[in-house]
Amino acid sequence: MALRPAGIPGYLNLREHLAVLVGLFLLGATSILSSSCGRSSAEKSITIAGSTSVQPFADRWAEVYMKKHHGLSINVQGGGSSAGIQAAKSGAAHIGMSSRDLRPEEKGLLEVIVAWDGLAIIVHPTNPVDELSIVQIQNIFAGNIRSWALVGGPDKEIHVVTREEGSGTRGAFLEMVMGRMRISKRAIVQDSNGTVREIVANDPFSIGYISLGLVNERVKAVRLDGVEASVENIEDKKYRLVRPFLFVTSGPPGPGVRDFLNFVLSREGQELIEEEGLIPVYKE
Amino acid sequence: MTSLERKESLIRITLLLVAFSAVSVLVMITFFIFGEGTPIMLRYGLKKFLFNLDWFPTQGSYGLLPMIVGSILVTSGALMIGVPFGLAGAVFLTEFSSKKMRRIIKPVIELLAGIPSVVYGFMGVVVLVPFIRETFGGPGLSVLAASIILGIMILPTIISISIDSLEAVPPSYREGSIALGATRWQTTRMVMFPAARSGILASIILGMGRAIGETMAVIMIAGNAIAIPRTPLEPVRTLTSNIALEMAYASGEHREALFATGVILFLIIMVLNTAANLTSRKRGR
Repeated sequence: MALRPAGIPGYLNLREHLAVLVGLFLLGATSILSSSCGRSSAEKSITIAGSTSVQPFADRWAEVYMKKHHGLSINVQGGGSSAGIQAAKSGAAHIGMSSRDLRPEEKGLLEVIVAWDGLAIIVHPTNPVDELSIVQIQNIFAGNIRSWALVGGPDKEIHVVTREEGSGTRGAFLEMVMGRMRISKRAIVQDSNGTVREIVANDPFSIGYISLGLVNERVKAVRLDGVEASVENIEDKKYRLVRPFLFVTSGPPGPGVRDFLNFVLSREGQELIEEEGLIPVYKE
Repeated sequence: MTSLERKESLIRITLLLVAFSAVSVLVMITFFIFGEGTPIMLRYGLKKFLFNLDWFPTQGSYGLLPMIVGSILVTSGALMIGVPFGLAGAVFLTEFSSKKMRRIIKPVIELLAGIPSVVYGFMGVVVLVPFIRETFGGPGLSVLAASIILGIMILPTIISISIDSLEAVPPSYREGSIALGATRWQTTRMVMFPAARSGILASIILGMGRAIGETMAVIMIAGNAIAIPRTPLEPVRTLTSNIALEMAYASGEHREALFATGVILFLIIMVLNTAANLTSRKRGR
């Protein structure tokens, strides 16, 4: 009888039975799919975008964090501070990275200081000039001092290298060093910390500014008013060119992003970037 | 209507739609660029936009003249290098070399066109820029470096189109000239060149279009300063590098100004392409 329920009123025939089963299955499948999709956007992948100065450190955090959380992928992209802030605002990225303070029109986002970074003024290692004052740096970048002879070097033209309009590093440099002065229009413009360092490493008569964490043996960071650019001097508040690295989110972050932020601010996360030359937040 | 005719018209309509989709993309790009770029040009003043010397977009000053001059300088520099070498190469390959040699060398030159521009830029940074810095002084990243690299980049365009147009000259022209007692060089200079003139001109204009539109290699080697260079050894910024350098960061009016830069570039390239089309159409007649 069990095989022949078809004729009995109130029971479904075989075909109807199958249709209901398939329908239920589809309904279940879609609900499972949709719920897992919903979860994946919060926990299976995190997109971080913005400042190229913060990017290498965010990469480091992401690398270590992903090792601990299998199945989670963190995608770190450059693009610059302004683009990162924009991306966080629009929701294109979960986290935006900025290497400068937010402008008034960008406020309204949640911001977390994840590290402090020194700004180093760099020259070629063979350049005899070891020390410059803020005023000298201002005038070099403004194009008023054009020869190394005027600041104790050889009688050679100074090749000024700066960052492009809108860069966080440029913004921080303008704010902390230039004040109201403008960077010379004749300055060479490059679009990343790496290319600025590359040019200064190759051109014996050039000068540029990059993140302190990215200074290596191929360039020389000059002393600023007699103070060496070092992590210790920043912690002692002797070295003046310091800026915050920010992570910004639009509104309260989801659980996955929050957990990552907690890791970044944890002792382990902060020690990671301290090894790379940044100043951890808890020391400030 | 037979089934064959129906099939034929179906194919025609499909191909028409495909062709139209390519055109519609162009139309969309045009509308988009002009839509985004023209408001600021009108608001800020076209004259100021084109002739002001100060480009400080975050402080509301949008003078494009240094970049327009930069593009012109770098492109004419590239032509000064690319045209003589390119034409000499084309003449050698059509008039003075054996057919076998041409069959080997021409594809090799055309291979040059397939090298990505970032590779040219990298070669420029690693080899050319230090060489210029050490021999002539200055920072090395300069009009000169950009002109040389772009000159090399437009060689394949100039050479292969010039070869095609020299080869298209009827052999009787060359034979007639030589029969009259002219030397090879006289024949090339006085008969072949004038006969292939429009094709050669088109090759130069297309090379110019490539040079003016090139971005990656130029960003890497031109130095990108926003001042008009006083010597070929000073850095320079072109229209294309201006857009590519600042686009990632730009918002609001700054972004519009970059689109307006695109409008100017678009107009320049349109004029060049139309000129190329007109000259090569003349050849067809």
